[in-house]
Amino acid sequence: MPGLEDLYREIILDHYRNPRNRGELDAPPAHRVEGFNPLCGDEIVVFLDVDDGGRIDEIRIAGQGCSISQSSASMMSSAVKGKTIGEARAVTRAFKSMMSIHESELDGEATDGELPASPSDDVKLGDLEALRGVVKFPVRIKCATLGWNTLTQGLDEVATGA
Amino acid sequence: MSEPAGRATRQHGEITPLDVAAIRKDFPILSQRVGDHRLVYLDSASSSQKPTVVLDAMSDYYETTHANVHRGVYGIAAEATERFEAAREKVARFIGAPSSRGVVFTKNVTEAINLVAYSWGRANLGQGDAILLTELEHHANLVPWLMLAEERGVELRYLPLAEDHTLDLSRLDELIDGVRLVSVSAMSNVLGTLTPVRRLADAAHAAGALCLVDGAQYAPHLRTDVVELGCDFFGFTGHKALGPTGIGVLWARPELLEAMPAFLGGGEMIRDVRLDGWTPNEVPWKFEAGTPPIAEVIGLGAAVDYLEGLGMEAVREHEVSLTGYALRTLTERFGDDLTIHGPPEPAQRGGVLSFAFQDVHPHDVSQVLDQQGVCVRAGHHCAKPLMRRLGVGATARASLYVYNDTDDVDALAEALGDASDFFAF
Ligand SMILES: Cc1ncc(COP(=O)(O)O)c(C=O)c1O
Repeated sequence: MPGLEDLYREIILDHYRNPRNRGELDAPPAHRVEGFNPLCGDEIVVFLDVDDGGRIDEIRIAGQGCSISQSSASMMSSAVKGKTIGEARAVTRAFKSMMSIHESELDGEATDGELPASPSDDVKLGDLEALRGVVKFPVRIKCATLGWNTLTQGLDEVATGA
Repeated sequence: MSEPAGRATRQHGEITPLDVAAIRKDFPILSQRVGDHRLVYLDSASSSQKPTVVLDAMSDYYETTHANVHRGVYGIAAEATERFEAAREKVARFIGAPSSRGVVFTKNVTEAINLVAYSWGRANLGQGDAILLTELEHHANLVPWLMLAEERGVELRYLPLAEDHTLDLSRLDELIDGVRLVSVSAMSNVLGTLTPVRRLADAAHAAGALCLVDGAQYAPHLRTDVVELGCDFFGFTGHKALGPTGIGVLWARPELLEAMPAFLGGGEMIRDVRLDGWTPNEVPWKFEAGTPPIAEVIGLGAAVDYLEGLGMEAVREHEVSLTGYALRTLTERFGDDLTIHGPPEPAQRGGVLSFAFQDVHPHDVSQVLDQQGVCVRAGHHCAKPLMRRLGVGATARASLYVYNDTDDVDALAEALGDASDFFAF
């Protein structure tokens, strides 16, 4: 049986205790998107401020959830803040591929033509690497990906002006 | 093999306390090790474990008697039908039903409630009608009515939860006025609250309404008598009552079943089929379309036999005393770090303990407990409106049954101590 230290790495607990970019933005002008984990009731709200050049100027995370969903969302916010939508999508792909599940399985719908990132994709996960241990606890993968799926939905909505 | 504890002979009229050590031996799964720990199963409110007698009844049926029921004339087909219908009699006795004609087998209690919503509900309710529910219901007793409300414009009303986590009946008269159905859980799967079913059933009848009781958490733990409860429909689910998954029960007064239109159509539920029409079978078979889960029905029969062997009064007494022990032990040890939801008095509640522990999220609590072999549920327990009412997203929940003892509660307390150390801020 994998041990707790595989799951709760120090950096994860740090993000849980001191979440980055926690709070809300006025929406509008910011874009607000909610995500739910129907299994456990975790809720995440992502606020996005995307400038005209398609860069994520500001991001805030609200909602409630377990240490894994909260820390993953916190790390996500640091990883994509200041990035373009394209860059944010690339990090998302890399992260999900680390969680070793295809996006189609995660979302229930495949994003056309998008394949999971291969390890050769030149994306640095940095702190996010700490979440790799979650894979050994399959029921917690949904916790780790909740924020990312919500972000993806938000970026899609921003892109289509929804 | 030793006699199962469920067959211990009882002196008439007196309650023999449960011999938990003997009972545990009847449940093969409980001898399992989780790493260095024994399995401490505290999630029976979600699904209970199964005693050997249930497993044996099912495998014996498959090994010696399997054939479809109500069809063949040959020996084993007749034997299969006999065992199947004998289980219906046992279930009727278990819930105090005057006749097994009122006992319909369903997949689970969710299907039992849906059956009422689709058959009785759609035949009887429409615009201008109202249903009275409560704030503490499981989704199984909410969504079928929300669907009906959407489809037919039926109004849904809710009895609120009081501060002490019992039902607030202060506005009952006003809320029940003009309703056609009162549908309520006899015991909350989150709070353990026992609801005043008899009073609500009487009030329903006085208002000209029917009363449905979701007995999923009640029938497995308290002696059940549908006549004393005064309800018109009663549902429960086999897998929470030591029985297998895939089998549930809807009891209804047979006259009601007769007046209700059939639900699912197919074989078994008909008396005659022509190319231009069909005639339904008698009740209860009218509501059992297709080949039923025969082994599961037989398994459920064995489960209720086992529970009756223990004695439902003894089961309840055991759980009241163990719940009291758990409330005392956990509160003494953790004080303000632990909030246990639900009514404070063990006599007002079942052995379901939902709690908040420090600032540790229920998922994380459950994950740390799992390392000690302690199984508790974390989540919204399919009662999201109640979670919102409590102002939480999720809770951790430990629940007790016949095979649990004070050492399981102690193991829970120990493991919570570990969680506290691990997540110390
Ligand atoms: C009060 C209550 N009602 C209904 C259900 C649904 O049971 P099932 O999923 O077996 O239909 C449950 C159990 O989850 C419950 O606790």
